[in-house]
Amino acid sequence: MSGAREPIKAIVTPIRLEYDFTAGRAATLFLRGLEKKKIIGARSGPGQPVLVPPRGADPRTSELAQEAVEVSDKGTVVTYSVIRVPSENIKFDLPYVCVNVLLDGASIGFFHVLQNCPLDKARIGMRVRAKWVADDKLAPSVASIEYFEPIDEPDVPYQKIKENT
Amino acid sequence: MRDVGILSFAQSNARSETRNEVEILLPVVKEALVQSGLARTEIDFTCSGSSDFLQGQPFAFVMALDGVGAWPPIKESHVEMDGAWALYEAWVKIQTGEVSSALIYSFGKTSPGDLAETLALQLDPYCVTQLWPDADSVAGIQARLYLDRSGRSERDLAVVAARSRRDAVDNPHAVAKGDFDVEKLLAEPYRTSPLRDHDCPTNSDGATVMVIAAADVARVLSKRPVWIRGIDHRIDPPALGVRDLTRAPSAELAARKAGVGKGRFDFAELDAPYTHQELILRDGLGLGDDVRINPSGGSLCTRTLFSCGLNRIGDAFQRIARGDGDRAVAHATQGHCLQQNLVCVLEGE
Amino acid sequence: MAHLCGVIGIGQTKYDAKRIDVSMPGLVREAALRALEDAELTFADIDAVVIGKAPDTFEGVMLPENYLADALGAVGKPLLRVHTAGSVGGSTANVAMSLIHAGIHDRVLTIGWEKQSESNAMWGLTISPPFSVAVVAGAGGYFAPLIRAYIARSGAPEDTGIRTALKDRLNALKNPYAHLQIPDIDFDKIANSPMLWDPIRYLESCPSSDGACAMVLAREDLAERAPAPPAWVHATAMRSEPNQFSGRDAVNPQAGRDAAADLYKQGRITNPRAEIDCAEIYVPFSWFEAMWMENLGFAEEGAGWKMVYEGATALDGDMPINMSGGVLSSNPIGASGMIRYAEAALQVRGQAGEHQVDGARKTMGHAYGGGSQYFSMCLFGKDKP
Repeated sequence: MSGAREPIKAIVTPIRLEYDFTAGRAATLFLRGLEKKKIIGARSGPGQPVLVPPRGADPRTSELAQEAVEVSDKGTVVTYSVIRVPSENIKFDLPYVCVNVLLDGASIGFFHVLQNCPLDKARIGMRVRAKWVADDKLAPSVASIEYFEPIDEPDVPYQKIKENT
Repeated sequence: MRDVGILSFAQSNARSETRNEVEILLPVVKEALVQSGLARTEIDFTCSGSSDFLQGQPFAFVMALDGVGAWPPIKESHVEMDGAWALYEAWVKIQTGEVSSALIYSFGKTSPGDLAETLALQLDPYCVTQLWPDADSVAGIQARLYLDRSGRSERDLAVVAARSRRDAVDNPHAVAKGDFDVEKLLAEPYRTSPLRDHDCPTNSDGATVMVIAAADVARVLSKRPVWIRGIDHRIDPPALGVRDLTRAPSAELAARKAGVGKGRFDFAELDAPYTHQELILRDGLGLGDDVRINPSGGSLCTRTLFSCGLNRIGDAFQRIARGDGDRAVAHATQGHCLQQNLVCVLEGE
Repeated sequence: MAHLCGVIGIGQTKYDAKRIDVSMPGLVREAALRALEDAELTFADIDAVVIGKAPDTFEGVMLPENYLADALGAVGKPLLRVHTAGSVGGSTANVAMSLIHAGIHDRVLTIGWEKQSESNAMWGLTISPPFSVAVVAGAGGYFAPLIRAYIARSGAPEDTGIRTALKDRLNALKNPYAHLQIPDIDFDKIANSPMLWDPIRYLESCPSSDGACAMVLAREDLAERAPAPPAWVHATAMRSEPNQFSGRDAVNPQAGRDAAADLYKQGRITNPRAEIDCAEIYVPFSWFEAMWMENLGFAEEGAGWKMVYEGATALDGDMPINMSGGVLSSNPIGASGMIRYAEAALQVRGQAGEHQVDGARKTMGHAYGGGSQYFSMCLFGKDKP
């Protein structure tokens, strides 16, 4: 060994941690529903907002929201964006449209991906429906909904959904 | 300084939970609020403690907001520390005069990950973490040094464990409890010498909530408030070879600043996840044999990480509130080998 | 407030994609030492340290402040670690200011930092645990639909964001600490940059930066004796709200409006646009400037974009915003909020160099985090309140 050596500027230090997650009651309700091609929301009581996906509590009141309410797999796009950057979790070809869908019966938007729609036709107020995976691929996972696609129903006027945008 | 009293405290601990953090926290929040006499909307400030790495997700604390009630918008803050430090932040906020009441909470599930391994990430990332020294082994190094220098023995450690677990029988919120024979405990193999299983914490999942208020509010709501007479926290150097691991200077300093050393105490709740650490703290804080240590069973029996420090303070509060003592020391720790410590003195009216 | 607090020292590191020339302790010390030098103090003069940063997954160290205790001169002192997502730099400063306001300490060192090149920030922001009930498309994927909603509400022209980005990037050229400095930046360069999450283009987005920002805070009488004029803290405010609930307005969040109202009330401000000389606000994607103008009451609802169009937010406008180049130019997430506060404080101290707003006497620092749900703000004055 001889000569001056370059000081070490950086080292790579791999980290691996394993966690066993439990879904919790709220997520279990939701994921088990997806397995049966149902979208299940929850509310803290009759007349209260239906939250999709369920979160355990109603954030406005902090009351436990455990009453299951099935909502439709059809809904209205309340906002959207065209995504051109890859993300580890999403496997669609770029660019794709991500949408916030107010499902019929729900009180808050549900974030997902839109397919089978030209990019420039994505719009607030359009009606869409969930496209489920094949029956043999259904699982307690958000991936049971493959994407949302436009359906042949008239747009909902902006004024009607303004509150939810 | 404004006098600040603890109005209520509630906790939930279990060896492992299938509920998620919000679901665990929500009933505990409700219980603490009901006990306090304040409605959610009457709380001026909310502060919490938790850790992303414990949860295995970034922004772990965001979801908890649902359980605590943040609508209409609230004054709220969060520390990536044990709830005891969230209590400190809330106490400071009351001292500014800006608020008069606060709700403090912390939560964490230790069961999903391998906690001893996860805590290796809390060491020097360049030179030490990559050796993956698990937390129990690091504590073992301290225990070895302590036993060698103090003249105490593994038997002394087992006595702490047996006593803690027996006391925990009377604590419905404790997780490890029971009657254990010291000889039988000593016959067990080491987990990481000189520590055996009983010398190491029983990690748990749970949530903890405390409500505090300035004197003018506390006196209206409580017939006999429990006052925080002093509270202080300090930190020691991180590198294990740099400091004397057989002492906890930051705990000693925090204790002096908080008023330990003036007057007698009926009992102390010390956040000592390992048996030898209770002895280090007892000596360092100058607590004589007349001071009962960890009547709750302590963090050794119930270690809901990031809540257990606040639990010690809460357990002390409850004991005084029901008349089982007038004056207590409560302590919380963070980091390996008692690196960072918070001490408070509680006194019943 | 019980005790008046003054900012008497400010230190920033050079922000860059990868500060490979320093370790984590080196990074925080660079800012801390500069702040101490500015105040003509040493670590020994500091009573307590309040440090903040965003998720620890960004560096792969759990509770790194425990490791940094000696680097920050915190041994034997109280050390607090704050974490409130993106607003953390601001809330950390607020907590540090509380310690002075409460009369607990005489001098506090506060620092916000992030060395996010150590890990992978994109990954860190989009970790999707099992049983995830959401489809996650990254920070931009969350905010872009909100911006789309703002455009629908306000009728703002589609190039509003480009104008803000241009202004911030030109300002950055006047800030020696800024990470992104593009000397030949112009409207077309931004307009032609790749569209990432419609309508956010590449050059309308914040970078991922390493960096730290520190301030030394002191109680009134010590601040009066400091070598340079202090920035007096007139008011601080914080509010939080849940990130999703029925009826939530995520575009113009109530928490932001409430925090601003609280700040103005404490600071006895009735007309923020007229009485505040300039502000450093948290704009990670260009359009947020227009949106925050409304949220902060500088513009009527639906008219924030007009301020951008009129050039009101430019360095020579009537309400300069992000004179430093803002988050769009440097974004070490844990520090960004503190940088906003520090830059606002620099303005009233007359120390902002080439990006100084002449005669700035009252300025504002602002930070937000999470799903536009955590807000921290601060009002600084050249004069005492």
